[in-house]
Amino acid sequence: MILDVAALHKAFGRLEVLKGIDLRVKPGELVFVIGPSGAGKSTLLRCCNRLEEPTSGSIKVEGVDILTPGVDINAIRRRIGMVFQSFNLYPHLDALGNVTLALQRVLKKSRSEAKDIGAAALQRVGLGEKEKAYPNELSGGQQQRVAIARALALEPAILMFDEPTSALDPELVGSVLNVMRELRESGMTMVVVSHEMRFARSAADRVLFMDQGRILEEGAPQKIFNSPEHQRVREFLVSIER
Amino acid sequence: MGRFADTFLNWAVMAQYAPRILEGTWVTIRLALAVAIAGIACGLFLSVLRAFRFRAINVFIVFAVDVLRALPPLVIIIAFYFALPALGVRMSAWVSTWLALSLVLMAFSEEIFWAGILAVPRGQWEAARSTGLSFLQTLRDVVLPQAVRLTIPPLTNRTIAITKNTALGAVVAVGEILYQAQSAYSFSYNPSPLLLGAAAYLILFIPVVCFGRWIETRFAWKR
Repeated sequence: MILDVAALHKAFGRLEVLKGIDLRVKPGELVFVIGPSGAGKSTLLRCCNRLEEPTSGSIKVEGVDILTPGVDINAIRRRIGMVFQSFNLYPHLDALGNVTLALQRVLKKSRSEAKDIGAAALQRVGLGEKEKAYPNELSGGQQQRVAIARALALEPAILMFDEPTSALDPELVGSVLNVMRELRESGMTMVVVSHEMRFARSAADRVLFMDQGRILEEGAPQKIFNSPEHQRVREFLVSIER
Repeated sequence: MGRFADTFLNWAVMAQYAPRILEGTWVTIRLALAVAIAGIACGLFLSVLRAFRFRAINVFIVFAVDVLRALPPLVIIIAFYFALPALGVRMSAWVSTWLALSLVLMAFSEEIFWAGILAVPRGQWEAARSTGLSFLQTLRDVVLPQAVRLTIPPLTNRTIAITKNTALGAVVAVGEILYQAQSAYSFSYNPSPLLLGAAAYLILFIPVVCFGRWIETRFAWKR
């Protein structure tokens, strides 16, 4: 198992956002998480690298319990790539600088080594010629691909996507999804929170439906999209198709 | 007109006291530079310390900064020069003025840097931490470069305003521009040296103001 989440609870004050989540992700698997807003999808991802501190439960990444007190969280975080809805590129650094910062600071690569790895990562997301471009000079789709390259360059064991296309103009969504599809084909393990149902149908191994802090239903995309067991899932799917 | 020129633009008096004003100008330059460097450096240090959010330390920082911002700089200079000797701490007029103005600039620049740090979106912290950067690395490589850029306009304004206060040193007889001009005025019974002093301030600070504007454009970047 790359990721093994068991009985995960997270509360913000008295508000329970996650009420016992179990999730196991195998190497090379693409798990898709769908559900209404407020279901706890983002919180689940953010707990997995402790951007949020879980209230209780266990999370293992590559067999290491990341909630053990005194664990080297920075070492674990670089094994978990994270891609955000709002890209969060560093505006004062160019595309290559965005990708190489952690290579130099965390992996202690030399400048030239980091440049080579970073350039290769940008190449991989189709932005080889944009090394010197600053985030404000890139389209949303390009920015998100730089963000993917930034995560990818660290050779993570798993990539988490938190609504990667929600902030994009419709015409730019495709370029990001194409990159994600290529990653999937190259065997990258991924957990994706998104509303791109067509992408889920064609690329996901497994779809989870979350509602009110629980996983209500999970299964192969065909099963979830064509014949869901729960009325709640059916309602959700109908509501987003409009 | 002749009488006006004789009173305010008396070349003979100006020529006589110009060396003194020049001397004062050097004192002002040295004092202003020392204040700017010490004040901004300490302010940056305090804002970084505050970013760690240790409660006890932050309560102290906020209190000290508020007091320093509330007191008129002249009061602090006078306190250092006239009151501290009573407690056995003696410092020269130059040091009292430098220390007082540095503390005031430290307080204001700490607030400015802190506002800059807070203005950097949370997503920047999260993105950096998610790639494994430590808190300090994130602060140094991601947050501060952005925060400092945001703070350049208010910081240059504040630095100019406080370094101009070196004129307050005249009260404790620091031989800077205003002190030299005033004493020349009383020796000569002619206000022309004051005009010369004003000119010295202009020559000194207009380039600083222009330099400030230049860095603002140099470090601004489109969002």
